[in-house]
Parts: sequence; C-alpha cells; structure tokens
Amino acid sequence: MEFGPHLMLATLEGAVTAAVLALTAAGLSLVFGVMRVVNIAHGEFFMLGAVLAWGVTQAVAGPWGYALALLVAPLLAGALAVAADVTILKRLSYDPERTIVATIGLLYILQQLTLMTYGPEARPVVAPFDARIALPWVEHGAEGWRLTWPWGLGTTVWKLTVIGAAVAVLAALWLFMARTRAGLVMRATQADREMATAFGVPVERVYALTFGLGAALAALAAVLIVPIQQAHYLMGADPLLLSFIVVIIGGLGSLPGTLVAAVLIGLSDGIISVFFSPTLAKILATLLVALVLVFRPQGLFGKRAA
Amino acid sequence: MTKTTAKPALTRRAALSTLAAGTAAASLPMWARYAHAQSAAPIRLGFQQHRTGIGAAYGRWYGRTVEAAVAKINAEGGINGRPVEIVAEDDGTDPKRGAEVVEKFATQHGVDVAFGPLFSHVVIGSAPRAGELKLPYFVVSEGTHVSSGMLNRYTLQPGITDVKSQVMSMAPFITGTLGKKVTMIFPDYGFGYDHRDNLAPAIEAHGGTVLEKIAIPPTETSFTRYFPRIPRDTEVLYHVMVGPAVLTFVKELGEFFGGQGPALFGFIDSLEAVAIDSPGLEFLEGSYFWEGMCRHEQPDQSEYETAYRAAVGVNERGASLADPRDVSTYGHMFGCWETLHIIKAGMEAAGYAGPQHRAALIEAVEAMDEIPEGPGHPQGAKRFNGRTHQVFGHQNISRVEGGRLNRVHRTTIEDTLYPDMVDYTQQPF
Repeated sequence: MEFGPHLMLATLEGAVTAAVLALTAAGLSLVFGVMRVVNIAHGEFFMLGAVLAWGVTQAVAGPWGYALALLVAPLLAGALAVAADVTILKRLSYDPERTIVATIGLLYILQQLTLMTYGPEARPVVAPFDARIALPWVEHGAEGWRLTWPWGLGTTVWKLTVIGAAVAVLAALWLFMARTRAGLVMRATQADREMATAFGVPVERVYALTFGLGAALAALAAVLIVPIQQAHYLMGADPLLLSFIVVIIGGLGSLPGTLVAAVLIGLSDGIISVFFSPTLAKILATLLVALVLVFRPQGLFGKRAA
Repeated sequence: MTKTTAKPALTRRAALSTLAAGTAAASLPMWARYAHAQSAAPIRLGFQQHRTGIGAAYGRWYGRTVEAAVAKINAEGGINGRPVEIVAEDDGTDPKRGAEVVEKFATQHGVDVAFGPLFSHVVIGSAPRAGELKLPYFVVSEGTHVSSGMLNRYTLQPGITDVKSQVMSMAPFITGTLGKKVTMIFPDYGFGYDHRDNLAPAIEAHGGTVLEKIAIPPTETSFTRYFPRIPRDTEVLYHVMVGPAVLTFVKELGEFFGGQGPALFGFIDSLEAVAIDSPGLEFLEGSYFWEGMCRHEQPDQSEYETAYRAAVGVNERGASLADPRDVSTYGHMFGCWETLHIIKAGMEAAGYAGPQHRAALIEAVEAMDEIPEGPGHPQGAKRFNGRTHQVFGHQNISRVEGGRLNRVHRTTIEDTLYPDMVDYTQQPF
C-alpha cells in the first residue's frame, strides 16, 4: 500500500483504539485519583461490559437490544463494582497494598465466574447499524490530479460512531466533574479526604459511587467496541495493561493527562502497528512508561505528591 | 476374552495380526493371567482437551466427538471386550499446562494412553513429557511436527493429515485456478509456521510466487492494521487463522477489500465454529476453502458420514442439532473419531491388556498401512506411514455458493504424499 493511504488508514485505526482506551483509562484514573485504589480488576469490568452486551442483545434482538445494552451493561457492571467496594475495599480501609491484592482476587473471581457461566467462546455482537465507507485518495496521474478509491482504504460507520460516542461521553464526564455538585464532592475528596470528611462529605458513599462510575466507564467502552471485536472471557487483559500505561504516562488521577496519553498511545499504537508490527507498538509504549517513571514519576500532567 | 462384533477393522489388517500374534505370544504367560484377572476393568484413555483458552471452540467439539465415538465403541463391545472410559483434563490450550496434564495422566490417573490435543504449541510442549513417561500419545493436531521428526516414538498422528501434505495438494489448484502471485496470512506459532514453510516451495513448484508472508498472533483481536501489508499486485490471498477472534478476522478482511481485492483461498480454520452466513461474511461468496471434511452435507455423502453426523449430533450444515447457532469444527473433529478407532484397532491387534503392552500397541499402529473408508473412518480412506507416524488422506476444496460450502475438488491420497523425513521405528522404546 502507498504511504499516503497507509498513513490515513493507520490514523483511523489508531483513533478507534484511542477512543476506547480513553474511556477505559478515564475510569481507572478516576478511581485512583479519588480513592487512591489501584484497581487491577478494571479490565474485568471492561470484559463484563462486553459479555453483558452480548446477553442483552441475545434477549432483545435488533437495534433496540443494543441501545438497551448501552444502558444496562454499564449499570450492572457499576452496581457490581459498588457492591465490591462496600463488601471488600471498605473493609480493608482502602489500604493501598491490601486493595491491590484484593482487586487481583476480584479479577480472578470475575474472570472465572464468567468462564463458568458464559463459557470460553468468543461471541459476536452485531452493531445496530454499519456500512463500509470507501475513502478516496488523490493521485497525480498522466492526466493530472484525480480521485481514486484504492482497495484497503476504508473505514466503517461503526468505527466513526465509536470515536464520536467516546468523545461525547468524555465531554459529559468532564462536565460532570467540573459543573455538578457530585463532581465537586468527588474533587474535594480527591484533594483532601480528611478535610472533606470534616466538611460533612459522605466520603464512603463518594468512594462507592466513584468505584461504580470507574467500572461503568470501562463497561461502556467495551459495549462500544464489542461489535468490532467479540465478547470473550479473557478480553480484559489488554485494556488493563494499556490503561495502566496511559494512566502512568498521563499522570495518575489527572483526567486531561489521561486523555492526552490515550490519544498518544492509541494513535502511536495504530500507526506503529500498521507500519511496523503490533508487537513493536507494545514494546515502545512500555518503554515510554519506563522513561516516564524514571524522569517524571508523577506523569506528564500529574502533580508531584507533597 | 470375547469380542461381540466382527469389525472389518480386524479383517483388513491381515499382515498386522501376524505381527500382533507374535507380540502377544511373546508375553503370553503374564498377559494371559493379567487379562483374566482384569477383564472387566475399563480401558482408560486420557483425553487432553482444549476446554478453555484460545482453542476452546475446538475443545468443545472434540469433546462431543470423543463422547460419540466412545459411545459407539462401547455399544459394539468396547476394546478387547473391556469398556472404554475417558478421563478428560483441560489443558487451557497452554503448552506448559499441556505437559502437566500428560504427567497427571501417567502418574495420577494411570491411563493406558493419552490423546486429543489439536494446537501445535501444546503438542510440541507436551510430547517430550509423554516420551519420557513412555505414554503413547495420539495427537489430532494437523501439525507437521510429527512427520518432521521433531517428536518421539510415543507420539503418533493416525487420525488427521498434516499441514505439509494439505498445502502441497492445494498448491496446484491455487496457481492453476486462482492466480500465480500469492500473499499468505498465517497465525504466528507452530501450526502457522508449517503453512509458512511449506506453502512457498509448493507454490513455486507450480510456477507461482509468494509475495508476502504476514504473521498474526493467535491471541490478536483486531486485524485491519495487518492488512495494508498485502501487496497491491496480489492475485490470491491465502489465509489461515485460529483463535477466538476468527470471525472478526474474516469480517475485517471483507471490510478491508470492500468488494475489490484479490481472490481468496482460506483454510476452514479461519471459520471453524463460525456460521458461513454470519452477518458481514457475504463477501466470501465465490471464495474457496480447504476442508478436512466438508461441513455442509454434499450430494454424494457416504452412509458412513451420514451415520457419523447423526452420532456426533450435527445437522446438514454442520451445526449442533440442539442449537443451530452452535456451529461445529467439522473440518477437524473427525480426527478424534478416527483416532479412537485406530487406538481400538491397535489395542486389539496388540492384544493390549495393560500398560506393559504400550510398546506393543505402538508397534501395532506402526504396522498399519491402508485404512479403508468405513464407520470408523467416515472422512475417507487413509494411508498410515508407520515410519513417520503420520496418516495421509484425501483433502477437499469447497467454494462458497449461496451461503453453502460446495465441494469442487477432492484430492487423491497420492497428491498429498511426500518423502519421509524421519524413521521413528529406529528409535528404541
């Protein structure tokens, strides 16, 4: 494939990765920022989102089934996360080390329960609407400039929808954090937990809702991507790794940092894996994490801890 | 001991019985006593199953095929008059776990033989342990690793043909019918390497060239980014993919070309356990697939295959009778059925009575040669090569027409033969 169309295709593929990654990593970043909990089970909430979407679309056929899945899967995953927070994390007093171990346990419980009930198969979810869009390319030929439609250069309506939906959800998340009372309370808890308690903020309830919101974001990202990929019980591992990479590079707890890092990692993953190999893309991303940790441990946008 | 059925499998192996009689006679005093005391005890077969992990779809259907084959064998009097019992263990489609499962079969379960793995990295990871434990290990994997000499005397593949012979017999069709410039996409591990290493020489032998070889990890979930590496002057895209995301792979292939692009020749692996009429796969119309056994019922289907379909519980489109959305791995799973019938024939020829006859069992299987089509071999006649421990058989090419896979070519066994690369019979037990 020629360089121009190739780069265009790589950028489009990268943008889809970046969109889904931004949603997933925003959830992880939120949970860490507010609660100081490193949620190793985050990828499993992503997986649950996809599996629940499959379940809902099986029960209710057609585009409405998918619309229902968009609503139900994040809600159920969020509710499960709230329950996990109240029954597990709260009892560990949100101690950083112990919550890591607890969420590792949660990861295996969710994954194995899915294996036992949903099974080991990868199952497809059909997008509510989809069509291939062939993209034109300008080429200088014998009779001057002309438009061509090379094979391979194209995208789908659904991929563009995923990008659009992710941008909309992230904008809504930003508005929620910046403009609503609940967002204010969450930011207050993030800034200083004890002071927030002193001012009457119900910190435990804030924690439970934050954990639920983080999981719901991951689940929502999965519902968006599942028509492109498939629902599988092991699908949570890759988003977890990439989300950690994004959150570390962006700065733990910083939402704008997470966004910038997600776009950076998503696009570079798309472009490097198209031009070179997907393995090299992962190697470079991991290398970047190492460099950030050595030279700027608080992340690109993070504030240095006092 | 009594045999309740006079199976043709016995009469066809006249040469074999001479050898078996000799083996049995040599060990008669011990064996006779043992057999008498243990005559009702079941023969235990360790089934190494890909129940979870990337091979789960194959594992599920290999499981159903094994269940059906054992039910048939037991209904016909078992092996040497003893019932057959399956001890299944999940290997997670993981080579490390695979070796542990083999170990468990030999030391904890005390099985007579082990069988059943498909994924080549699991086979390559497990076979050395089976050799060390002197446990006969019947693989159903398609990998050329058996006949290449990589494994050992205890590892045999009598129920399914290998990639090298499949690729060799497909090449003339590809260059003759579809085009000379071939680009291949293959999974980035052992089984894919068999395709990679054998396709180019086979294509070149028929006047074609392989332009590009694109490897994709079997755990991959997103494929579009690999496709730009397909050169523009490609005439035939040869694809073989495995793993949980095969449907995504084929769908994205269609989206990538958007109705244009090269001719497609795929191995059915790219679509095993996936309905050919799934949404998004319409572009496959007119493309070609290799099939080990034809998923969709063909007009000339043999009575043996009709019985096999009914026993395994699949309909005329290769999907489960209980749930038509549950599509089988029909192109491969006959390998388990046929392997179990080979084990039965081998054990009966060797007068197998217990683990002390494991070597005799392997010699009995090594002595096999022509295997006629029959109830135990519904895929067709086969030829077993005792030196390389590999079976050879007919291969099928099907064309997608109106959402159906219609067979357009069936190779002869001779088309698939190649010179021996090893002689396992020279290795000591």
